[in-house]
Amino acid sequence: MLRAAILAGADSVYCGLRDETNARNFPGLNFSEAELIEAVDWARTRGAKVLVAINTFARAGVLEPWRRSVDAAVAARAHAIIAADLGVLAYARSAHPNVRLHLSVQAAAGSPEAAAFYVQTYGVKRVVLPRVLSLQEITAFNAANSVETEAFVFGGLCVMAEARCALSSYAAGRSPNLSGVCSPPEAVTFERTSEGLTPRLAGYALDRLGSDEPAGYPTLCKGRFQVAGEASYLFEDPTSLNAMGLLQALRTAGVTAVKIEGRQRGKAYVARVAGAFRAAIDALDRGEDLAKYQNLLSDLAEGGRETAGAYRKAWR
Amino acid sequence: MTARLEITLGPLLFNWAPERVVAFYERIARETDIDRVYLGEVVCGKREPLLGPALAEAADHLQRAGKTVVWSSLALPATPRDRASTRRLAAYPDLMEANDLSVLQDRPPGAAFVAGPLLNVYNEAAAAELMSRGCTRLCANVELPLRALSHIHAGCPELELEIFAFGRLPLALSGRCYHARAHGLHRDNCQFVCDRDLDGMDVQTLEGQPFLAVNGVQTLSHGVHLACPDIALLQAAGVTALRLSPHSADMVRIARTFRAYADGELEPAQVEAEIESAGIPGPLINGYLHGRPGRDWAG
Repeated sequence: MLRAAILAGADSVYCGLRDETNARNFPGLNFSEAELIEAVDWARTRGAKVLVAINTFARAGVLEPWRRSVDAAVAARAHAIIAADLGVLAYARSAHPNVRLHLSVQAAAGSPEAAAFYVQTYGVKRVVLPRVLSLQEITAFNAANSVETEAFVFGGLCVMAEARCALSSYAAGRSPNLSGVCSPPEAVTFERTSEGLTPRLAGYALDRLGSDEPAGYPTLCKGRFQVAGEASYLFEDPTSLNAMGLLQALRTAGVTAVKIEGRQRGKAYVARVAGAFRAAIDALDRGEDLAKYQNLLSDLAEGGRETAGAYRKAWR
Repeated sequence: MTARLEITLGPLLFNWAPERVVAFYERIARETDIDRVYLGEVVCGKREPLLGPALAEAADHLQRAGKTVVWSSLALPATPRDRASTRRLAAYPDLMEANDLSVLQDRPPGAAFVAGPLLNVYNEAAAAELMSRGCTRLCANVELPLRALSHIHAGCPELELEIFAFGRLPLALSGRCYHARAHGLHRDNCQFVCDRDLDGMDVQTLEGQPFLAVNGVQTLSHGVHLACPDIALLQAAGVTALRLSPHSADMVRIARTFRAYADGELEPAQVEAEIESAGIPGPLINGYLHGRPGRDWAG
């Protein structure tokens, strides 16, 4: 996966160790410490960077796995560590003063003041921007700080402020902050009746789909609910984020890097998305119009639907 | 001898009419022996100008009744106006409650603050970091079980520990207003429709099962969290204060119940029965305290 992304033109790839210290703790994903060393070495030969996500919040009384992940990332000569927990950031700063730190989106640093705090206190070099900010707010963010910023452009759309959401643990006991998972697979079931397909999370019906409706992974906030007897996708439609059309605007807003979500995806998917964004950014560099790139990836969107999310203010 | 367990009142999360707000806090001032009251708009910066004068009047009543008033900051400051009001509050040297870490950037060095439950403080290392910046009290994130609090207490014994003891659980925050969305509006033109639901707008599954409650940009639990385990468990975890979150139920009665519980005059089962009959908007839950899904009732 990492190799597929780099061969397709990604400048950097995020990865995590195979445990609860990263927010993509799904079975079958992630790296052992030995694999990490190998991956970093391979990426270096290709001129690419490996960034290690240690972005869950350490469990009280059990800080050791998080410290160990930081040490392992440093030992593997990863290019940066991406973290959110104050304890993890403090450990990285004191145990490895020269390690490059990126602030994870899980830190939910949504204002210039929040970013400045992390930059000044922990020497953070890059902030991954929350997906709830509009372009206007990103522009203000970058005008106020000189720290690099990175924005999500493709993949899942978290509609709640990242890491300020406990909906999943409320229903099913596990959540992104503490377990690195949202709407965990072990709590998901599908029930087929004559009325249709009902995806459930820990027993709660998240939707009811007719035979002609596509069934994506049932993430809680993309479910259909009732308010005063009216059914709707109250939080967010089952869409995914595609900000391909906003690349120029993000660049103008001062964003340094764009991030594509690749979790639980196949190599072909990763290669195609990374390749498309590489081509679009290169075209942008040459001063070309991006019109022909706009719809390159539309068929990959969840339920066939995509959105530019909060980047356009009307989303709110 | 163990110190008296404090009862505190958390910030009002809902968009109540100003006259209701004033009357509510007047009663709290006059009829309860709540020790400390957190005031301030935490959820939506758009509500701040509407509520400001009412909260100022409430602060006056509460202080004259001998209660400590602590101002709470917005949980998700984003607009220039949100940021300006957060910076103003942060710069004030009095004790305040931080609900977003941006506050620390503008806090005068050494000025004390409470870390609110909407911050992501999940372990003793993070708590120690905040203490080094002036944090004197942590109101624990609602996801934390009692055993996590014990670890935080062991790592930071000087830190006062408050827990979210009563109310619908604050579960999520967004840039998008779901009250507005449910009414076919956008946040920028929301018409303040969140004022129609005193305890949040009920959200059910398609099968009619009660699930969540929406309060503007915030999502809350449908269930009403109640933390009243055996007092010895709270003491062992280092808990020094119990926070009650304002609801339209009889908060004076609820506050008195908690005072009696904290003083050892009521057993947990009696507290449950009292709270259940006080007009609460959902069934009792307490799963998080016991390391289970938040919606559970662990008994």
